Amino acid sequence: MEKNNYSQIRAMLSLTKASLTALLRNPSAVVFNLVFPLIFIIVFGFIGGGGFRIDVAFENNSDTLNPVYQGLKSSGTVKIERDMKDDLAYSELEKGRIDAVIGIQKDQSGKTVVNLKTTKASPERGSILKMIVNEIVDKQNLAVSDVKIPKTELKEQVVEGRKFKTIDFILPGQLGFSLLSAGVFGTAFIFISLRQTLVIKRFFSTPVKKVYIILGESLSRLIFSIFTSLIIILIGYFFFGFTLINGFVTFLNMMIMSVIALLVFLGFGFVVSGIAKNESAVPSIANLITLPQFLLAGTFFPISNFPEWLQPVSHALPLTYLNEALRKISFEGAGLYDVRYDILIMAAWGVVVYAIAVKVFKWE
Amino acid sequence: MSKGIITVRDLVKKYEKLTAVDGISFSVKSGEIFGLLGPNGAGKTTTLEIMETLRDKTSGEVFIDGLSVDKDQNEIKKIIGIQLQAAGYYPNLHLDELIALFAGLYNVNVDPDELLKLVDLNEKKKSKFKELSGGQKQRFSICTTLINDPKIIFLDEPTTGLDPQARRNLWNLISGIKAKGTTVMLTTHYMDEAEILCDRVGIIDNGKIITIDSPDNLIDDLVKKGFERPRHVKLASLEDVFISLTGHAIRDE
Repeated sequence: MEKNNYSQIRAMLSLTKASLTALLRNPSAVVFNLVFPLIFIIVFGFIGGGGFRIDVAFENNSDTLNPVYQGLKSSGTVKIERDMKDDLAYSELEKGRIDAVIGIQKDQSGKTVVNLKTTKASPERGSILKMIVNEIVDKQNLAVSDVKIPKTELKEQVVEGRKFKTIDFILPGQLGFSLLSAGVFGTAFIFISLRQTLVIKRFFSTPVKKVYIILGESLSRLIFSIFTSLIIILIGYFFFGFTLINGFVTFLNMMIMSVIALLVFLGFGFVVSGIAKNESAVPSIANLITLPQFLLAGTFFPISNFPEWLQPVSHALPLTYLNEALRKISFEGAGLYDVRYDILIMAAWGVVVYAIAVKVFKWE
Repeated sequence: MSKGIITVRDLVKKYEKLTAVDGISFSVKSGEIFGLLGPNGAGKTTTLEIMETLRDKTSGEVFIDGLSVDKDQNEIKKIIGIQLQAAGYYPNLHLDELIALFAGLYNVNVDPDELLKLVDLNEKKKSKFKELSGGQKQRFSICTTLINDPKIIFLDEPTTGLDPQARRNLWNLISGIKAKGTTVMLTTHYMDEAEILCDRVGIIDNGKIITIDSPDNLIDDLVKKGFERPRHVKLASLEDVFISLTGHAIRDE
């Protein structure tokens, strides 16, 4: 008999499909979960991308044919400020906008004198520049001396290491940002709005069970977030050189972590939708949950940069463990078993949050 | 009491201080349009929502096509269609997508175009619900009650807030649904609507049913008691004037 064949799954899936369609038509969801993280990735990707550079100006009467000038020019580390008047060069040096002013002149005896003026505004760069100049000067002196076999020779060897790029730090954080905002804001808004506009009540008029309404909505958020995470990781990998240390396996592990995290974050969303009396109350409550995590969970800055008294707070937040796990997976090649403690702590948060959600969630 | 497709017996609904429904009994015959009339706050919506299984009752019995609202809520939901007095539809979806959503929720296969045509909204199938006019919104609401091909549809104040043209348009739609054999249970506080549309009406006030009969019988009874309209009865009403001047065509497009 048809009566007994009613499928809650079919009802749930039709709700998931409807919710996804609506979600993709809603610009704010797409902006929050995809465009924002990508903008952060681009901004931070370029801030960190410049590398180490020493700005140097030469005095106007300097001998630019001298090997010291040529040597610095070709060093790769030194950027020469051309056409800067001496007055300006010295005032820029005092302000620390350039790192050194160099003068190269021959004295009466025909000896070349290199005058190096550095600034206390950037002492490290100054001393590195001094070493570079010293090396060039030594080479010149050695070339004209009679010594054919130098007494001491430096043999340098650089060990091949894995390069940790800014993107390797930023991208996992942005993935966390996207998942947390999708979970909290997305869920809270939709359930309040469905409740207030009586959409839920109309659903109750059909044979679908309450729990399948929640499952259907959650599934649509899950699919949407998997989709945005996918795009964020792929754009990071192909355009910003994001490290996926073990290739596809790493990618897969990151996606699994994203799903686990989103399930926890959805719980926060349910709590917010239960506490908030109306839609306008959502942002303040949701920000209370998300902002501290964005700032303190190592999303934008490493937790080790924070003062010590603040670090325990960071280590209490669920997003911290998602960020850490994602970085371990992507850069160190950790497997899911290696990040089990991070997963466990997130799961513990999940239990607490869903326990609260069951208490405060409202249907009407 | 005659056995009908709907039977309500000694229904009571109490809120903390207020008794919204105070022991009402009635039955609805299969295939008729039954109207529950009464002023605002009389208990119409509460009674309707208990019958729709959306609200718990305090005591009494309600059977819908032989199914009890206490035990067979999901079975009841499968054979009834519900238009709520104030209901929203999923935001950002087009009408045909909303129909598809409800088709899924009812587990039925329907052609959205065909259903929308039934309520004269097929040209609006790519519009969102919030973009519709008042009359169109009500027609769409009624459209969603028909998706599961129900035995009974419940309409809660379907024409409140509509202009005379849109009301007449909706009356035609409801009569058409009845003509196909569907039982219609509606509430209204417009007496002209009840008089034209309903086979039988129950008048409810302060949570109690005062009388149940066909509109004609109720009017005859009153006249027999010697009732006379205080003013001389004109052969047409102002509404007749309005309709004859502005026409029957609906204006909500």
